[in-house]
Amino acid sequence: MLRTTRLFAALVLTALATAACGKEGSPPTKGPAAGKLPKYQVAEGFELPRSGTWRKAKSRGRFVVGAKEDQPYLGEKDPASGRYSGFDIEIAKMVSASLGLDPGKISFKTVASANRETALQNGQIDFYVGTYTINDLRKKLVGFAGPYYMAGQGLLVRHDEDDIKGPRDLDGKRVCSAAGSTPYQRIKEDYPKATLVAYDTYSVCVDNLLTYQVDAVTTDDAILIGYAAKVPDELKLVGKPFSEEPYGIGVPRGDNALRFAVDDALAAREKNGDWKKAYEATLGLSGVPAPKPPAIDRYPAS
Amino acid sequence: MTTTATATAPVPVPEATALYDIPGPRTRRRHLIYGVLSTALIVALVGWILYLLFDTDQFTATKWTPFEYKGIQELLLRGLGNTLKAFAIAAVLSLALGGLLATGRLSEHRAVRWVATLVVEFFRAMPVLVMIFFVFVALKVQPLPALVAGLTLYNGSVLAEVFRSGVNSVERGQREAAYALGMRKTQVMSYVLVPQAVRAMLPAIISQLVVALKDTSLGYLITYEEFLHAGKLIASNLDYDLPFIPVVMVISPIYIGMCMLLSWFAYWVSKRQRRSPKTEAVDVAPAEPGTLLPGGGPPRAPGP
Amino acid sequence: MDVLTDNFSTFGDGFLGTLELTVYASLLALALGFVMASFRVAPVGSFRVFGTVWVAVLRNTPLTLLFFAVLLGLPRFGLVLPFKVFAVLALGCYTSAFVCEALRSGINTVPKGQGEAARSLGMTFGQTLSNVVLPQAFRSVISPVGSTLIALAKNSAIAGAFSVTELLGTYKTLNELGYSIIWTFVWIALGYLIITLAISAVFNILEKRWGVAR
Repeated sequence: MLRTTRLFAALVLTALATAACGKEGSPPTKGPAAGKLPKYQVAEGFELPRSGTWRKAKSRGRFVVGAKEDQPYLGEKDPASGRYSGFDIEIAKMVSASLGLDPGKISFKTVASANRETALQNGQIDFYVGTYTINDLRKKLVGFAGPYYMAGQGLLVRHDEDDIKGPRDLDGKRVCSAAGSTPYQRIKEDYPKATLVAYDTYSVCVDNLLTYQVDAVTTDDAILIGYAAKVPDELKLVGKPFSEEPYGIGVPRGDNALRFAVDDALAAREKNGDWKKAYEATLGLSGVPAPKPPAIDRYPAS
Repeated sequence: MTTTATATAPVPVPEATALYDIPGPRTRRRHLIYGVLSTALIVALVGWILYLLFDTDQFTATKWTPFEYKGIQELLLRGLGNTLKAFAIAAVLSLALGGLLATGRLSEHRAVRWVATLVVEFFRAMPVLVMIFFVFVALKVQPLPALVAGLTLYNGSVLAEVFRSGVNSVERGQREAAYALGMRKTQVMSYVLVPQAVRAMLPAIISQLVVALKDTSLGYLITYEEFLHAGKLIASNLDYDLPFIPVVMVISPIYIGMCMLLSWFAYWVSKRQRRSPKTEAVDVAPAEPGTLLPGGGPPRAPGP
Repeated sequence: MDVLTDNFSTFGDGFLGTLELTVYASLLALALGFVMASFRVAPVGSFRVFGTVWVAVLRNTPLTLLFFAVLLGLPRFGLVLPFKVFAVLALGCYTSAFVCEALRSGINTVPKGQGEAARSLGMTFGQTLSNVVLPQAFRSVISPVGSTLIALAKNSAIAGAFSVTELLGTYKTLNELGYSIIWTFVWIALGYLIITLAISAVFNILEKRWGVAR
């Protein structure tokens, strides 16, 4: 007992000692680097005094935005530098620019799916961009600007896969998804002949796909496109999306002024081509062409 | 021959126990053979695991180079810092809650005693994780306070039992003598019983803190950015070729080392207290996390 | 109240999942714990070292870390098993270290004079063990082993957070369906209470029948 303890103490000390000297920069990454990210023109003299959230952000000099940290080319945090990148992150930046605050200064915060509503209600974040599907239940808790992207459940397969063209071809195939998620339940109920494999994380599913342990990965296509962008030569998306998941920007529920301002910002960015540029620099690296952005739903204040 | 065999025996031969006598020369030789065979088996097992590690490419540069970078090391250290922060807060609050609940359970008022007993029994019977999730999901609290709240409620309740059994295990004569001197209950408690009880129960208290330290890793499940969470962020990154096993190889020695250090401290305190003249009137609890594992009952203090 | 009646099957599945995990992991923990305890009291040095290291390491490992290593690490070895099997492995191995210590201290409570007396009566090792030592050791370990298994049942909640179907995990489904989260937790808590109280009742009966008055 005593001897082992000393050994471990020594190990801890060595670990700490080695930690003191490390290489700068980030470990090498796979796949194409995010393309030239568009620069967003910061709106001069923009004012939105009716929005409490905006006033707070203005006096602070930056927005605090909630995001995901584990979705490549969508919302991903580099473990080494702590920097966030991806399509959702670009959306947050363009909105910030349109609302008159420097997008370079945004401080991103990882918020787990379970606490998105609370984080908005408590004012821990100004708005949330991270594969946040708009639905009526959530509308009772938070406000939704957008949608800025229409996702749907899709299928990711290996590039050389010819048998799977849609969910109908999944009979007897091994399909991977996150345990207990909505996409998992949908396959289980609608396509009971598929063999389901569940993991905690999608990255493990994708790895299993690359190593031929499963035949397909299923979840929202946006997430799958992100993974396909990591290894565009080996993975592809097949078939039409078989559900509709409109992604919105979550804002505090009472703040309609902010919600409509974000709607305006999205509409303008979609019109001037920034939206498309942002898509092409991130998810577009997968080879999937930019879709038409969905119509913005300006539901009335309630 | 036999003398050399004993001289090279890897571990000193044990004393006689209820199970067997001190072995004679022939038995020792047989034991030596068993020893060699089993060591060979263990070495083979370790070798096989190493082979598996190499065979599944766990030592490739892609999987290990991330650890050379400052950013990754800082991420891990920040995680470690958050783990220790949660532990420190939870430890202090648990001790306070434990003291409070123990006072309640030793109270002379039946209602107070009843409420304290109910609280202690309920929180000891609930899985810590259910409480943490309840605070996190249902009460919509931030990860750190949720983790600390869960750990405090559970460990506080167990510590209350530790304190109580410590006080009850002080020799009856001490209490009687103190009352006979005309001390009031508060005085008897704070001058006579509690100091001895805390000394005697110190090893058990530290062992319970090991449980709290281990359970801080539950914060990982509610996205508190602690050590394991930092590890997972690195491990699930496709760019680094999903270094799950390298991450486990890096973080588990540190986690286990910290817990062992604290366990060893409890053991050391226990040995010291047992020799101390200040604990003559009370039996020192052994430093046994065995009776104190998460969810287990409190240690039974040996009766007076 | 609707939470329970509307989702009886979800709760039922979760409850059975927890029960199943608890039963299998308990069996594994008892078996492994027994093996490790016999290693720790064995006369052969390398057995003792192995047993000691097993106990020292597992007792000081956070269970979450063990789950992480087993559920997410082992598949990297190409070992792909259902999550439930992994969960039973992790829980069983972890608890075996505590069972081992309970058993060992039980054996240590038997005074060595008893063994010496048995041997001087001419009993063989097997007879000493089965007629003198184990019956007494068994009596004194009932209650510590019982509390170890109660802890195991409670610790099985961690499996739920790693996407194994069990009681705590049901909250995710019901939360998604929009049921009252507070009531969901009340029923989950009740489920755990039923299981832990049942285990402690069983061990109380055992203790009454065979336990020694201390």
